[in-house]
Amino acid sequence: MSIAVCLGGLKLKNPVLVASGTFGYTEEFKGFVDLNKIGAVISKTITLEPRQGNAPPRVVETPSGMLNSIGLENDGVKHFIVEKLPFLRKLKTQVIASIAGARAAEYAELAKRLDAAGVLAVELNLSCPNLKSHQSPVIPWRAQASHQKNNQLISQDKKATYGVVKAARKMTKGVIIAKLTPNVTDIAEIAKAAEDAGADSVSLVNTFLAMSIDVNSRRPKLGNITGGLSGPAIKPIALRMVWEAAQKVKIPVIGIGGIMTAEDALEFIIAGATAVEVGTANFINPRVSIEIIEGIKGYIRKHKISNIKNLIGSIEIQ
Amino acid sequence: MFCVKVKIISNKKIGQKYFKIRLEAPKIAGEALPGQFVMARISDDYEPLLRRPFSIHRVIGKEIEIFYEIKGKGTEILSKKKAGEYLDVIGPLGNGFDLRRAKGEGRRAIIVAGGMGVAPLTFLAEKLRSIEPRISNFEIAVLLGARTKEQVSCEKEFKNLGCDVKIATDDGSHGFKGRITELLEEILATGYTLTGTGRLYPYGHKQATGKNKKQLAACSLQPAAVVYACGPKPMLKEITRLAECYHIPAWVSLEEYMACGFGACLGCVVQTKNGYKYVCKEGPVFNTEELLP
Ligand SMILES: Cc1cc2nc3c(=O)[nH]c(=O)nc-3n(C[C@H](O)[C@H](O)[C@H](O)COP(=O)(O)OP(=O)(O)OC[C@H]3O[C@@H](n4cnc5c(N)ncnc54)[C@H](O)[C@@H]3O)c2cc1C
Ligand SMILES: Cc1cc2nc3c(=O)[nH]c(=O)nc-3n(C[C@H](O)[C@H](O)[C@H](O)COP(=O)(O)O)c2cc1C
Repeated sequence: MSIAVCLGGLKLKNPVLVASGTFGYTEEFKGFVDLNKIGAVISKTITLEPRQGNAPPRVVETPSGMLNSIGLENDGVKHFIVEKLPFLRKLKTQVIASIAGARAAEYAELAKRLDAAGVLAVELNLSCPNLKSHQSPVIPWRAQASHQKNNQLISQDKKATYGVVKAARKMTKGVIIAKLTPNVTDIAEIAKAAEDAGADSVSLVNTFLAMSIDVNSRRPKLGNITGGLSGPAIKPIALRMVWEAAQKVKIPVIGIGGIMTAEDALEFIIAGATAVEVGTANFINPRVSIEIIEGIKGYIRKHKISNIKNLIGSIEIQ
Repeated sequence: MFCVKVKIISNKKIGQKYFKIRLEAPKIAGEALPGQFVMARISDDYEPLLRRPFSIHRVIGKEIEIFYEIKGKGTEILSKKKAGEYLDVIGPLGNGFDLRRAKGEGRRAIIVAGGMGVAPLTFLAEKLRSIEPRISNFEIAVLLGARTKEQVSCEKEFKNLGCDVKIATDDGSHGFKGRITELLEEILATGYTLTGTGRLYPYGHKQATGKNKKQLAACSLQPAAVVYACGPKPMLKEITRLAECYHIPAWVSLEEYMACGFGACLGCVVQTKNGYKYVCKEGPVFNTEELLP
């Protein structure tokens, strides 16, 4: 019985990862879980320069979900390498750095520096919907499209996705995972663009652009007005998108969105995901990733599946 | 910091919308400091999804007590829980009140509570009493503010601790009619170091209205009192102003929406003079010097 999987050249002892931005820099969880048991840990998204993030309130609860508008707050890549990486290096699990930039060259630069620092894999966050346009135009060359107010996301556009993945590909020998936004019409074609540009894997989904209003004050509940929806509320949509993407690309797909239990994770795997990332659930139950791993093992045993690879994409459709 | 399922010892209604829940939580009780909080998972289901933050109201041996008000669906569900059931809590979380400046001969603490803000302050008063039990003139003044008499909580508890309790209600149904910060300003303005006896001036003293600059300057050389506060935002803003105006060290406990409570989500920021700080980890208690006016 094996539940080990591979994302390109990255070997994972099990298919359960923790999603960027929901596990801090991992150290925050050391009192709760045996970190070495997790398939891989993904850092909070890092940028070249420090970012102070959006104005509060930054989180608000919605039915079976939550909105966040953190705004990519982080201390920059240098700080990450000097202050956070030493702890991560000591872990006996794979470490993936999530990175984001304002343009392709920034992703490339980040990929290069992390490769040099010995990080084996990067996840390109091509999908942060929270940035204010004046803070950091995500795709500056598209700014002319006036009605889009310059806040389109990289992975809302095939060409931009291709360009960023390609630029990063040139700068690192490490594994590249392209993380996609679900705020698109056809996520499979974006996944394909990432594959064509040389990504080793695609992960989806990031949060859904959403909002919430306090009817008494008539004010938006988030300081940033809009934010990203995550949690169980998004799971069925995320699952459908993962299923669509998995049919289109040959590289491994990582399923993300509202995973709270082993059964949720198994749904994604059966739909075609090679691995899953657990996000919001970490806040509610910091041990959840380990419980999901145990649950997957139990399922595999019960159904006498010799290798989890036989389960991936095993959805039965007449 | 522990993530534990703890047994509910009791969950009692106090007044109309207030409850006190007692939990058998030896690990948390053993480490808890006044001003720290716990994150309670209200439901095993997804409604509500996120944990809810609650201050540690008291520590009694191996038990902790939470004092809460029904605000929405989470606290509503919590209020229905019965003794013998279990509650999943993470804690103790946050920094807690800085007690160093309150220690020492001739020092005194002024505790200011607005409404539910009283929750973490009983534990604080108990702790202050226990660290300075032998200093006879160590005085703890407690100013309790609420909308009406019914909403004044913990008066007895503070009195039993030998605190000098003063009350202010918006409607005047109990104690002073007006805001609790007006009472605080009276105390500060009448000169907290000027008495030398460790006694506070009686409220309504003639000097109360005079804000004699020289007196204030004299006080500021040796502030003998420390202010600790928790309550609604406007109250804490006013205390921040008063602390600066009267050169008195003050710590306030802030609230912000949070998803995790232990520094992972980066959701609960508050703007300070030194940029954003996390209420859950760098707070919830902040020195007012750090806060924006
Ligand atoms: C560090 C900290 C300590 C706290 N200690 C106590 C305490 O000891 N006793 C107590 O009664 N309350 C305390 N609160 C507030 C308490 O967490 C909220 O009242 C509670 O989460 C409301 O949950 P609900 O589901 O009943 O209400 P909801 O339906 O979620 O919301 C009702 C209202 O409660 C407020 N609220 C909701 N969530 C939060 C939150 N995370 N932080 C602040 N306000 C919120 C909002 O104003 C909201 O409109 C504390 C908050 C913080 C941040
Ligand atoms: C508070 C919060 C912060 C997040 N920060 C990031 C981030 O920095 N980078 C990123 O790629 N995704 C970030 N995400 C998105 C998650 O990684 C994940 O894609 C999304 O929440 C959906 O999964 P979930 O429903 O399991 O949470 C964040 C999500 C939340 C809730």
